[in-house]
Amino acid sequence: MIRIQLEKRAQHSAIFSLTSPLIALAITATLGAIMFLLLGKSPTAALYSYFIEPLTDMWSIHELMIKAAPLILIATGLSICFLSNNWNIGAEGQFILGGIFGSALPILYPEFTGPMVLPLMLIMGIIGGAAYATIPAFLKAKFSTNEILSSLMLVYVAQLFLDWLVRGPWRNPEGFNFPESRTFHADAILPEIWFASGRAHWGFAFAIIIAVLMWFVLNKTLKGFEVRVLGLSPRAGRFAGFSENKMIYTAFIVAGGLAGLAGISEVSGAIGQLRPVISPGYGFTAIIVAFLGRLNPLGIIAAGLILALSYLGGEAAQISIGVSNKVSAVFQGLLLFSVLACDTLIHYKIKIVKTMRGKAAL
Amino acid sequence: MAASEIAQRKQLLAVENLTKVFGTLKANDGVDFDIDEGEIHALLGENGAGKSTLVKMLFGTLQPDGGQILWRSKPQIITKPSFARQLGIGMVFQHFSLFDSLSVAENIALSLDASTPLSKVSEEAERVADKYGLSINAEAMVGDLSVGERQRVEIIRCLLQKPNLIILDEPTSVLTPQESDRLFETLETLRSEGKSILYISHKLDEVKRLCDRATVLRHGKVVGHCIPADETPSSLAAMMVGESIHTIRKVADETDKNREIVLSVQNLSQKPTGPFSTALKDISFDVPAGEVFGIAGVAGNGQFELFEAMSGERMQKDAAMITFRNDPIGHKSINERRKAGAAFSPEERFGHAAIATLSLADNILLSRHASDANVYLSGGILKIAKPSALRKTLSRIVETMDVRKSGENPDAGTLSGGNLQKVILGREFDRQPSLLIVDQPTWGVDAGAAARIRQSLIDLSKSGSAVVVISQDLDELLEMCGRIAVMSEGQMSEPQQASTVTRETLGLLMGGANAGQAA
Repeated sequence: MIRIQLEKRAQHSAIFSLTSPLIALAITATLGAIMFLLLGKSPTAALYSYFIEPLTDMWSIHELMIKAAPLILIATGLSICFLSNNWNIGAEGQFILGGIFGSALPILYPEFTGPMVLPLMLIMGIIGGAAYATIPAFLKAKFSTNEILSSLMLVYVAQLFLDWLVRGPWRNPEGFNFPESRTFHADAILPEIWFASGRAHWGFAFAIIIAVLMWFVLNKTLKGFEVRVLGLSPRAGRFAGFSENKMIYTAFIVAGGLAGLAGISEVSGAIGQLRPVISPGYGFTAIIVAFLGRLNPLGIIAAGLILALSYLGGEAAQISIGVSNKVSAVFQGLLLFSVLACDTLIHYKIKIVKTMRGKAAL
Repeated sequence: MAASEIAQRKQLLAVENLTKVFGTLKANDGVDFDIDEGEIHALLGENGAGKSTLVKMLFGTLQPDGGQILWRSKPQIITKPSFARQLGIGMVFQHFSLFDSLSVAENIALSLDASTPLSKVSEEAERVADKYGLSINAEAMVGDLSVGERQRVEIIRCLLQKPNLIILDEPTSVLTPQESDRLFETLETLRSEGKSILYISHKLDEVKRLCDRATVLRHGKVVGHCIPADETPSSLAAMMVGESIHTIRKVADETDKNREIVLSVQNLSQKPTGPFSTALKDISFDVPAGEVFGIAGVAGNGQFELFEAMSGERMQKDAAMITFRNDPIGHKSINERRKAGAAFSPEERFGHAAIATLSLADNILLSRHASDANVYLSGGILKIAKPSALRKTLSRIVETMDVRKSGENPDAGTLSGGNLQKVILGREFDRQPSLLIVDQPTWGVDAGAAARIRQSLIDLSKSGSAVVVISQDLDELLEMCGRIAVMSEGQMSEPQQASTVTRETLGLLMGGANAGQAA
């Protein structure tokens, strides 16, 4: 009998730390090719239209930035959570609440215009996401409630709340009963970065600036040290005089605030009104982005662009080779699975051992 | 046991010259002993004497490096616990392996043949329970049971496998006196049926009361076999802790009464903080400048909780319970205490004193970011760490403590125990604290490093600081300390002068006798 055995390495492997995301991408592409083959499509054509085609013209590069912006913003916030051992799975809900809070201004007070509108909307978006994230933080700090469950379940609450708002009180009075809010006036729209070449709005700039700032905080300051220490060992954290409970709130509020900013940026920059669904699962995909980027905000920028490509590729493949856009969800799943599996290589060696079935085995 | 019975006794298990080596440490060194049928045999020794290692080899979770195990006079190689169970060896561990959210019967069923129906398990369990006076409700959830009841579940589970030898590892360490009494009755019933019991303990009165014979271990070696009934608690204690003569170094002039009291603990009480935590009961002591104050005791008698209370990792109900240079600090955090001049070094090196996956420089920041913020942090409220300053401190510590490491600033996890301990203590010495509290400063550290660490602690006290050393190593405490107090079940004995106290007295105090009995 042959058995595959994992053996712990004395020290984590530097080579695999760098290459494991690449190996994961290769495995994902291979599995993807097999999937397309089973669907009866040519794997090379499918992978081309999935991963290469969207990068061939300026228009779709702008679309790539539009999709990458929320992923990078959310994943940057999540990196603090995951590094400090707070498993915030509810960024999707915090994203939605950010969108709702920020939209309140142009929807409820459409006559209020001017240069102050946009900054206020962004701030309210941050507050909305942060406030929503405070709920699982409070439950964890106060009652040791499992934050994975509480934050995840609040996503569904947020989705239904948004759905109710746009069908009910916030429905556009001039909208022929469509479940949509009124469209935002010009002062409430986040402008494009390079107006001439495409739609990409300032959300992408926010994402890059915030990711770089966060990288600095996490790697150079005492706060970042505190995040890592508490994540690695709460007891050593207590010995260092860091408070676990304060870190729970900090991590959730920062992650929620950034998810909220992503939410209002998306609504104000890419959509221009509230609809029953404002996110194709950015909050969940950002979890993959955070891990693919090794919880390092600079890595997250790269990972965000790759995952954004999987959204665009899904749309492109739908048109050019006629596969369901659910394929992009499958791709994301494959990628996360491969990333987590490949990370094993960093800490473990794979050994193949031949064993004899012993008689004493009971 | 009368002489005529001894003649016809039947040997069940014998261990010959058993040796187990971990790195350079001989955990078991040529251990010999034997157990007869229908005997309760005590394995006596301090923490770290090698009791657990020996038992793990008997139960098949460790393999010996030398010597042999004879079962009914036949040599056996016990490769795994399932084989030990096949032979007829059962084990009840110190920490239970039960699922809280399952019923008693379900927990028991988990260790039996998968085909046994649950109803039959309950029936069997209750039959065994009745027979040995281990009353238990098989339908109850384990989570709702008391510690004593959980232990009964473990014992029933063990008995259902019909063992001939039952190993009990420190069974009374978690029990109330009443629960202990019931346990002893059960054990006596088992003995009367011809079953053998290997009873591991450091509690002398229990051993004397219950056990037919005893084997005493110290530093991995058998120091003697005896019949507890013929011994006194003092003679047992003397065997356990050793009587080797050593020279005591007087650290400071004990006649000087005018020294400033640096640390004063007054009536410190604290409830248990978790299921395996010990309550602290009315602890009071003073430590003056220039003294090394020792706290002895067997692990798990509240030393860890006392350390946490003194360090400020856990704050006190009443600020006056702990005073540092006339300042009540009971409500102050660990970093406020550090800023006032105190320093701490916990027992657990990884995950408490240091983090294995962080570099040594980062580990220096761990305990000193608040007390030496002006050195290691810049940028005002941004608090940007200064790697160059941390590395400078690191090389200073490496120099003075003679730390051996590979690379300039390796991860803490790559250092050996002794070298890491030098870094952890050096990190505090480097601050010249006026109070240093250390828990197990030389635990698992090789002899050379241990001597260096002790010397550094003595030097610190000579320079006028107060030093508190919590240790299970009596030799170490007698060598370094001015006075030694003993922790037992969360209480602290009267401090004894190290120059006059006998090991016997300390051993008795460790075994739970009060100072009056011991003196």
